[in-house]
Amino acid sequence: MPSIRRRVRRLSRRDKIVLTLMVAVPTLIELAFVWLPTLFSIGLSFTRWNGLDVNDIHAAGTDNYAFVVKDYPPFWPAVQHNVLWLVFLALIATPLGLLLAVLLDQKIRGSRIYQSIFFAPVMLSLALVGVIWQLFYQRDNGLLNFLLGTAGTPSAVDWFGDSSVNIWAALVAATWRHSGYVMLLYLAGLKGVDPALKEAAALDGANAAQTFFRVIFPAMRPINIVIVVITIIESLRAFDIVYVINRGTNGLELISALVIQNLVGEGQVIGVGSALATILLVISLVPITFYLSRTFGKEAKES
Amino acid sequence: MTTLTTPRLARTAAEPAGSRPKRHYATHLVLIVLAVMWLLPLGWSLYTALRPIESTNAHGYFSIAGPYNFDNFVTAWNQGGFSKYFWNSALITVPTVILTLFFASLMAFAVSRVSWKFNIALLILFTAGNLLPPQVLAAPLFQMFKHLELPYWFSDSGSLLNTYISVIVVDTAFQIGFCTFVLSNYMKALSHDLTEAALVDGAGIWTQYWSIIMPLCRPAFAALGTLEVIFIYNDFFWPLLFIQNGDRLPVTTAINNLQGVFLSNYNLLAAGATITVIPTLIIYLVLQRQFVAGLTLGSSKG
Repeated sequence: MPSIRRRVRRLSRRDKIVLTLMVAVPTLIELAFVWLPTLFSIGLSFTRWNGLDVNDIHAAGTDNYAFVVKDYPPFWPAVQHNVLWLVFLALIATPLGLLLAVLLDQKIRGSRIYQSIFFAPVMLSLALVGVIWQLFYQRDNGLLNFLLGTAGTPSAVDWFGDSSVNIWAALVAATWRHSGYVMLLYLAGLKGVDPALKEAAALDGANAAQTFFRVIFPAMRPINIVIVVITIIESLRAFDIVYVINRGTNGLELISALVIQNLVGEGQVIGVGSALATILLVISLVPITFYLSRTFGKEAKES
Repeated sequence: MTTLTTPRLARTAAEPAGSRPKRHYATHLVLIVLAVMWLLPLGWSLYTALRPIESTNAHGYFSIAGPYNFDNFVTAWNQGGFSKYFWNSALITVPTVILTLFFASLMAFAVSRVSWKFNIALLILFTAGNLLPPQVLAAPLFQMFKHLELPYWFSDSGSLLNTYISVIVVDTAFQIGFCTFVLSNYMKALSHDLTEAALVDGAGIWTQYWSIIMPLCRPAFAALGTLEVIFIYNDFFWPLLFIQNGDRLPVTTAINNLQGVFLSNYNLLAAGATITVIPTLIIYLVLQRQFVAGLTLGSSKG
């Protein structure tokens, strides 16, 4: 765009100072409180430190990583739980949100009321979702065991307490919130699909399923990518619910919770916590890089 | 799903637009079942909160007997110290949202309205920052704040730990990325003629930003502001990490402690949870359009 280039040349000295400040202040905040700590995390993961005296930081090579992978019992369960979290959100929660959006995209009576109901959990914090579902899942007084007819009997399941079922219970609670969010994004996406596409497909004799999967769904490609990225990143960030339930122990280990367990509490093991954080960072960079290259790749080539 | 999508597509094909909608019985059936399931946890919390503990003790939680009143809300409010926690939430949320929107608007203006070399590199830096899991930067931030010595008149912990400032600063830094991304997309879409005309009249960068672009961004600010208020109010992690003094926690993080306080009385816990929902519910009901717009603003580009 030539007009912009012309304008840059016309910047006065005062404009340049203003512009520098406009860029410098937010960038310094971003660097100091997001990117510098990220680099420090990587650095600290190769050290041994109890978090007390800064002069007490000792180099440890890759010891922390070796410890995490070989000798730290909750690590592999946490990795499994993170994978399970991702698979569950991807195969259950996200398609459920898409189904809701497709159903609500029809001109049906009460669509707004349904939308508000499905969307309500998205307004709540995940910490609060944990508390509310606690009331639902309790062993003796919870609604679920009552509905199953097991409340007060020995066969009652302690949904959040029993380490073999609590991850599933937590996932259902997480789905409750995630699906509403996915629904909203798809509703926005479906509105953007050109109705002519549907008509053309119908004229060509495509049935409803064919029209949806071959025409409408591919036409929502930008939204699909956003949802894939959100689903992956949300499953890596999952923390609040499991921390509210039992601080991410006893069947609810997640990498994010292990990071925090190593940083706070009695024995602060900064090196191990940072090694876990770095592992989480490396995994997260995959979807982040994918998303950024999709979003900014074209522009970078243009400019 | 196949059968359920049929009515809509059949209508599109067979009827001209604007005709009376068909009755989608199957769709309504599925939606009603799902809606009931969706409302169960919330409805159950509210129902439990409205019943006195004596009544549930006498008749069980799964009865409809006994009186219904707001006593649990009053007791939870007083015992749980909600007025204090809500005040803490306000002290953190208000400055964070104002600072975030201000800094993000500066940055978004610079990268979207002025063309120079590092535009996209900076946008990537900001957008990527917002996508990181917060736990990745937890240790260094905690240690940075702990080892930064401050005079005691400023902070009774002698450091940034246990202050609202620590939460405000980190929440702001984290959210600037998202808001910059959204605002820059919004500003890019505004016509360049607007600022060109002002330039001819001799308007500097600041005038262009403050008097021309900012007023045009009002809808984006309304949407982002609403969204950010709910984000920051709902933030659980940073206060959990930085604030050790329970009296200074915002309500979303304090609910974690209240779970312990109200352990034997689920009616109080339910009332506490319901109270915590109220501010977000009010914002949602009053600013629903802005809130929903905010959530989809960030994803409109991909």
